Amino acid sequence: MSVAAARQVESTAVRFSPKWISERLGRVGLHVAVIGLTLAWVVPTLGLLISSFRPFAAIATSGWWTALAPPYQWTLDNYSQVLDPATSNLGTAIFNSFMVAIPSTVIPVTIAAFAAYAFAWMKFPARDWIFLAFVGLLAVPLQLTFIPISKFFVDHGIVPDNLSSLGLPPWLGLWLAHAGYGLPFSTYLLANFFRALPSDLFESAEIDGAGTLTVFFRIILPLSVPALASLVIFQFLWVWNDLLVALIYVGGAPEVAPLTVNLANLTNSLGQGYQLLTAAAFFSMIVPLAVFLSLQRYFVRGILAGSVKG
Amino acid sequence: MASVTYDHVVKRYTADVTVVKDFNVEIKDKEFMVLVGPSGCGKSTALRMLAGLESITEGTIRIGDRVVNNVAAKDRDIAMVFQSYALYPHMSVYDNMAFPLQMQHMPKAEMDKRVKNASRILGLDNFLKRKPRALSGGQRQRVALGRAIVRSPKVFLLDEPLSNLDAKLRGQTRIELQKLHRDLETTFIYVTHDQVEAMTMGDRIAIMNAGILQQVGTPGDIYDHPANLFVAGFIGSPTMNFVPVTTSDSSAKASGFEVKLPKSVPAGKGTLGFRPETLTDRVTDSGSKLSMKVDVVERLGSDQFLYGQVGGDQVTARVDPKLKVEPGDSVQLGLDTRSLHLFDAQNEQALI
Repeated sequence: MSVAAARQVESTAVRFSPKWISERLGRVGLHVAVIGLTLAWVVPTLGLLISSFRPFAAIATSGWWTALAPPYQWTLDNYSQVLDPATSNLGTAIFNSFMVAIPSTVIPVTIAAFAAYAFAWMKFPARDWIFLAFVGLLAVPLQLTFIPISKFFVDHGIVPDNLSSLGLPPWLGLWLAHAGYGLPFSTYLLANFFRALPSDLFESAEIDGAGTLTVFFRIILPLSVPALASLVIFQFLWVWNDLLVALIYVGGAPEVAPLTVNLANLTNSLGQGYQLLTAAAFFSMIVPLAVFLSLQRYFVRGILAGSVKG
Repeated sequence: MASVTYDHVVKRYTADVTVVKDFNVEIKDKEFMVLVGPSGCGKSTALRMLAGLESITEGTIRIGDRVVNNVAAKDRDIAMVFQSYALYPHMSVYDNMAFPLQMQHMPKAEMDKRVKNASRILGLDNFLKRKPRALSGGQRQRVALGRAIVRSPKVFLLDEPLSNLDAKLRGQTRIELQKLHRDLETTFIYVTHDQVEAMTMGDRIAIMNAGILQQVGTPGDIYDHPANLFVAGFIGSPTMNFVPVTTSDSSAKASGFEVKLPKSVPAGKGTLGFRPETLTDRVTDSGSKLSMKVDVVERLGSDQFLYGQVGGDQVTARVDPKLKVEPGDSVQLGLDTRSLHLFDAQNEQALI
């Protein structure tokens, strides 16, 4: 047998060994799962997008995929209707949603970052007990808090009408509520992340002459960008998609209601306005998508941070 | 430039956990002092108390004439190099070295001069723009040193700075650190568990065990005159031979041999100590003769170590590397009785 032939036999043996087969199968399984997840996400999104360009009669009688075959019945009516101030308040609602979501993300994440630093790296009496109580709030159902907080807001005039007449943003109460709901998880996530940073860094910075705030702004924050980015995504998505909390604390008045409330109002109980919903829903979806895509670079880096460190 | 004094220093975490016990050392100005001991002996804690990273339970620590017990770490005029290097991962090499100077609000021009100077000394000129993750272990270590140098502190504290380097680089860096110490003319306090680093680098060595200072002295002093059994066993490689003996006047009787001691000691039990290099294949009239049954032979090229039994005791001998010995052989060895050690059986202190 020639040398080349021998090598051939050897490589075939390696190629079809049980290890090779199981590795290949594992990889195929992974790809199938990833593609499956992607399809499960993309297909409904595509359906929504296509539906938003179809007339009401077509949406109500046939599936969205029939639009892909002749006879074509594309229309921009849905969009022109939802964007028309006479029939809908979509523009105001989108503006309101941003006015709700941005402060409701920035406030809790900022407070949580300071609190997490204290919980992770400062020594003070009963620190761990306070932290435990804080994290324990994660288990309190949102609905339990509506009555006491609403009562407090009403008693202290933190309601949209009163705030507006005082020249304050009408969403102030909602911001505070979202900040409160977001804080336990945010603090928990950040404290765990900060705690995992090597203590040598802080000791070194201490000897180098950095004070508590300098350590926070120059060392901890830059190193925590991945954690902060993930948190911003979570909190922003939760607030953006929230209907219940917004409805409770600011109500359904179109000048203050966010997009979710507006969407709920678009369609009435008889199913009319269904076609408008598709167009408006697409607007409400595109924003979280943009937020996620713009921050996903940090998100992925955060997940990989431990493993690629060399 | 300053001396450092530990005066009856104690570190206690809880009532019954004391990690440093009554620690007294005076480190002279410009001295290279090595704190050495097995892990958990309290050497790092002693250093961290000086750095201001741990509180001092009892006693005082002085840098120069100033008591620093209640002085913040940043105001002690010290610099520390950590085992992990503790480089700031998001900053460039330049920014890492400039960080302590920025904290002092030093003018830009002066800061730049100092950083450039340190990078020149350490050969980091080509890496100033890189992030720490793009550097090798040795380069990271030098950045950590650079960050300490730029401050021109009174005292350098180094906590096991070489233990993350590979063996070859460790040897090189040891030499570079000694050069650096000579050039900077500053007090260095160096913590390590490695007795080779202690012996080669220290002007003086302080050996600790279980929170207690065992002995302070020059490397030669400690090697030749260990104060107790622990020090004798810790310093030197391979370790000193220890053989239980019965003493009477100026002779010591072991299970397989008897030696004359250089001076008379009280009769009783003791531990005889002699280093492997005093037990050789050179049999002289002045020394003692021993017969060893060889178990293991280690040839290192420059040396040959024999591990075996003399009487009922396990001992190590260093013989000529050319000597042909196989496991199982019996060899005649000569013991140089001029450098014998004898330790008290009870308190393990050196009697000779």
